[in-house]
Amino acid sequence: MNDWPLLSLTTFLPLLGALFILTIRGETEVVARNARAVALLTSLATFIVSLFIAVKFNGASPDFQFKETANWFPGTTIAYSMGVDGVSMWFVILSTFLTPICILSSFGGVKVRVKEYMVAFLILETMMVGMFCALDLVLFYIFFEAVLIPMFIIIGVWGGARRVYAAFKFFLYTLAGSVLMLLAMLVMYFEAGTTDIPSLMAHSFPFALQQWLWLAFFASFAVKVPMWPVHTWLPDAHVEAPTAGSVILAGVLLKMGAYGFIRFSVPMLPDASVYFTPLIYTLSIVAVIYTSLVALVQDDMKKLIAYSSVAHMGYVTIGIFSMTTQGVEGAIYQMLSHGVVSGALFLCVGVVYDRMHTREINRYGGLATRMPLYAAVFMLFTMASVGLPGTSGFVGEFLVLLGVFQVNSWVAFFAATGLVLGAAYMLVLYRRVIFGRLTREDLKTILDLDMREVAVFVPLILVVIWMGVHPSTFIEPMHASVAKLIDNYELARAAHEGLSVAAR
Amino acid sequence: MITATVFLPLLGAAVAGLFGRFIGDRGAQIITCGLLLISAVLAGLIFQKVALGGHPETVIIAEWISSGTINVSWALKVDTLTAVMLIVVTWVSAAVHVYSVGYMSHDTSIARFQSYLSLFTFAMLMLVTADNLVQMFFGWEGVGVASYLLIGFWYEKPSACSAAIKAFVVNRVGDFGFALGIFGVYFMFGSVGFDAIFAAAPEKAAATVNFFGVEWHAITICCLLLFVGAMGKSAQLGLHTWLPDAMEGPTPVSALIHAATMVTAGVFMVARMSPLFEFSDTALTVVTVVGAATAIFAATVGCVQNDIKRVIAYSTCSQLGYMFFAIGVSAYQAAIFHLMTHAFFKALLFLGAGSVIHAMSDEQDIRRMGGIWKHVKVTWALMWIGSLALAGIPFFAGYYSKDTILEAAWGSHTIAGQGAYWLGCLAAFLTAFYSWRLLLLTFHGRPRADEHVMAHVHESPAVMLLPLLFLATGALFAGWLGYDLFVGHHNHDFWGHAILTTEAHPALENAHHVPSWVALLPTVVAVSGIALAYLFYAFAPGLPVALANTFQGVYQFLLNKWYFDELYDMVFVKPAFKLGRGLWQGGDGALIDGVGPDGVAAATVAIAKKVGRLQSGYLYHYAYAMLIGVAAFVTWYVFNAR
Repeated sequence: MNDWPLLSLTTFLPLLGALFILTIRGETEVVARNARAVALLTSLATFIVSLFIAVKFNGASPDFQFKETANWFPGTTIAYSMGVDGVSMWFVILSTFLTPICILSSFGGVKVRVKEYMVAFLILETMMVGMFCALDLVLFYIFFEAVLIPMFIIIGVWGGARRVYAAFKFFLYTLAGSVLMLLAMLVMYFEAGTTDIPSLMAHSFPFALQQWLWLAFFASFAVKVPMWPVHTWLPDAHVEAPTAGSVILAGVLLKMGAYGFIRFSVPMLPDASVYFTPLIYTLSIVAVIYTSLVALVQDDMKKLIAYSSVAHMGYVTIGIFSMTTQGVEGAIYQMLSHGVVSGALFLCVGVVYDRMHTREINRYGGLATRMPLYAAVFMLFTMASVGLPGTSGFVGEFLVLLGVFQVNSWVAFFAATGLVLGAAYMLVLYRRVIFGRLTREDLKTILDLDMREVAVFVPLILVVIWMGVHPSTFIEPMHASVAKLIDNYELARAAHEGLSVAAR
Repeated sequence: MITATVFLPLLGAAVAGLFGRFIGDRGAQIITCGLLLISAVLAGLIFQKVALGGHPETVIIAEWISSGTINVSWALKVDTLTAVMLIVVTWVSAAVHVYSVGYMSHDTSIARFQSYLSLFTFAMLMLVTADNLVQMFFGWEGVGVASYLLIGFWYEKPSACSAAIKAFVVNRVGDFGFALGIFGVYFMFGSVGFDAIFAAAPEKAAATVNFFGVEWHAITICCLLLFVGAMGKSAQLGLHTWLPDAMEGPTPVSALIHAATMVTAGVFMVARMSPLFEFSDTALTVVTVVGAATAIFAATVGCVQNDIKRVIAYSTCSQLGYMFFAIGVSAYQAAIFHLMTHAFFKALLFLGAGSVIHAMSDEQDIRRMGGIWKHVKVTWALMWIGSLALAGIPFFAGYYSKDTILEAAWGSHTIAGQGAYWLGCLAAFLTAFYSWRLLLLTFHGRPRADEHVMAHVHESPAVMLLPLLFLATGALFAGWLGYDLFVGHHNHDFWGHAILTTEAHPALENAHHVPSWVALLPTVVAVSGIALAYLFYAFAPGLPVALANTFQGVYQFLLNKWYFDELYDMVFVKPAFKLGRGLWQGGDGALIDGVGPDGVAAATVAIAKKVGRLQSGYLYHYAYAMLIGVAAFVTWYVFNAR
């Protein structure tokens, strides 16, 4: 199956499943059951197909692999062009890995409009995977924006009490940024005459233009990451989204911004990236410290984890713009790890939410007595979030800080305060929910994890420990692509420096 | 063999933790204790081969992190320093495992407890066998988590939960320094492996580096950052506040983690990094000063505490101070020697205290004890042995190690070293005083507990006494046996390349040639400390009360542990929460959302409303507006037509 279009298959298989679900007719109960089954099977099949990508991926090559190209708009260079390198490959896997878990986890929580929910989720998967595979500006933009639609619906239909406010806030915030990105893409097309991403990476834009383009991309990506101060949509969206929605939001959608930085800002606009690095550092450090402090005082479990996501993504942006091998690889690793860990934490919240229908921290306490298994699982993910060595969280954080320390020790210093603050808010959360005496009447009958929930958590636990103990599996294939990224960046930098010397 | 020693406890932890429900409490106890005893025996064999035989070795297990030029492996490095630590960790841990079978017999989560203990042991073994800084950090954080879990073991007690969080977070402050230290070392040497760092250290001895906008002597800044980590883990002055609170955990935990092993990790780390510290006199001076200050600070506080475990906890803190100032004067060997003897007698004291608490129906306040020695004779005798060793009375373990430290401090011929000697002697006096205060109040005099409790006072079962006897043997003979090996004239043969002492720092050698009064003084002050305790608590019990009343200010200052907790609460904890709330409601809520999305949305609605009002539905409104428009256009046209 060497010549199979693996990427297109991974991308559109979920869409096929969605279409199939749409044809299901009959009693509400039966439809719901069948829709669940089809969705789970489809997403599992997609995951298995995507594993072939990982297995057959040639880690030694820095180039885009599994490339597929088809002309799309005759008379232009716009094409349907797909391909992955060592960076995007892992995000494809992350998306296909989290989707079946999300679908399985919603078997308990989602009771109304199950069919539509599953359809929305599968479409979402198609859009996410497509976005990470796209090698054409227009294609990328379509997927990038299309992700918003199913997510908007998931929050707006199956969300909590203030779901409409949250859904609109989420949609408009991200759309406002994307509009500027669309403008930048048009400018790029007119300037370089192509929409092919690899060609654009090789193109060098004039410095003044780079600055404008960079800012336009930044507007879109910064909202997605999200960076302080455009992060306020995230807590609201997370709080209102259904559990699985939060998982995908934190697990994959937040990665789109940082992925954009790696794919567009840094390789295409290297000089502007250098120019704006202090800005990124400052905003990221503020994000780490500010949102950690805010997380400390939250009363809503999901809000707390949402704020912690902002802090963790602060490390990611710092790592990317440190432009050292460790920094960039650490940033990518941190993204993968955060995808799994924060997803798992939201699932942990979902477990008790399904039982008690509240996310308020004060409504809990002493769960360890009734739910020892849950307490153990929650502990593991808490520790992974805190960045305990031996879990996935440590490797990313450590490499990012190590990388940035080599170029700017102050940034490392301030970012490392997150080590202390992160421990504080996560442990305070854990203590208030799990520890203490079980006094509330309604908690006295709460049940521990059932088999389905165990099945949801086991793969996540295995991956978190695997990523912590043997990260080479994941870092190894990144080496070549990251090295190429940094080499090109250094070259462009050198050329730019040379020019400015000549101009004097 | 080395691999088995390290990983058997992990196996035990996994089995007891995951399958505790199926194998039952007894099964969990048998498995964890059994595996740890095997591990302890293996550690003995390793010690014989590596330390006595002089064959250090390193086992590479697998690659861990590799990115760019950084390359970190999972590896087990065993040299003399590690071998000593292996002995200390596995032997004390084995004793504590067995003791716990008795001590925790009434608890409801025995399997969980045994699992945590074994998990801790594994992490500690990973720490001491690390061949690079990152793996050491792994063990370092691992023991931190195990300590967190064990302090918070009785999770229904709010005080235990707060203590657990406090321990973890304060340690994280230290780890913050440790992590930056690792980054600094990597920046300097391009590696985090010990062999590579130590090989390159001499040539970087004069290098300078710019961190945080300041031009530093490179090795000094790295050492200082690493030392911050050591201060956190080893509860040195400033970052010590978690240790007394950690006594909320079950007593076997206090013995294993908060006395014998984990808290000494900082000492071990600095000793391991001796080839780096040797090149920075500034860093060594800082270590000396912090160590001496901690020794005296904790001793003063220990004199007035009333909780039996807290007294011993402050004593631990103080003894760690001794170890650090020994390191500060480059007497690493003496520090590790004291670490080893201290592990035995302090674990003995803690487990003995546990036995007392067990006997007194969970009473911990020494003011409500007294007169129980007749009922618990074995415990009483063992506590005496532990106290004699702690006070440094001749021929008990502590005597050899503590005297060597003090002599080395004197022999360093530096101002800091001399200061440490005098403070150390003063602390030795206080140590003897509070040890006997504890003994006299707990065991002697007339009973102060109520009859109900007194009726139940009983000696502990054999499963608890046997580990105590084992540790007492160590407290009796470890010093005498180890003296020549660890700090004798030929200690270089024993240590090999594990510890580096440069010619510029001959303190340990000088320790053998100090004036006789210098060697004698510690013993004299120890005996006077005991005498004073007898005076206060046996012959004239009114005296301490009168003294406390006369110097109320000083007494309160000591009783409240120099007000460190209050200070930190005021400076760090409360402001952090306040700031968080302010940023959330003010920053996110009012400013960003208020001006941003919500503001824009509100403005859009307001403008739309106003614009909407134009559409009133009255024809004459529209006609009037049209008329104005026409008039305006005509006017504009007329004036611009020319």
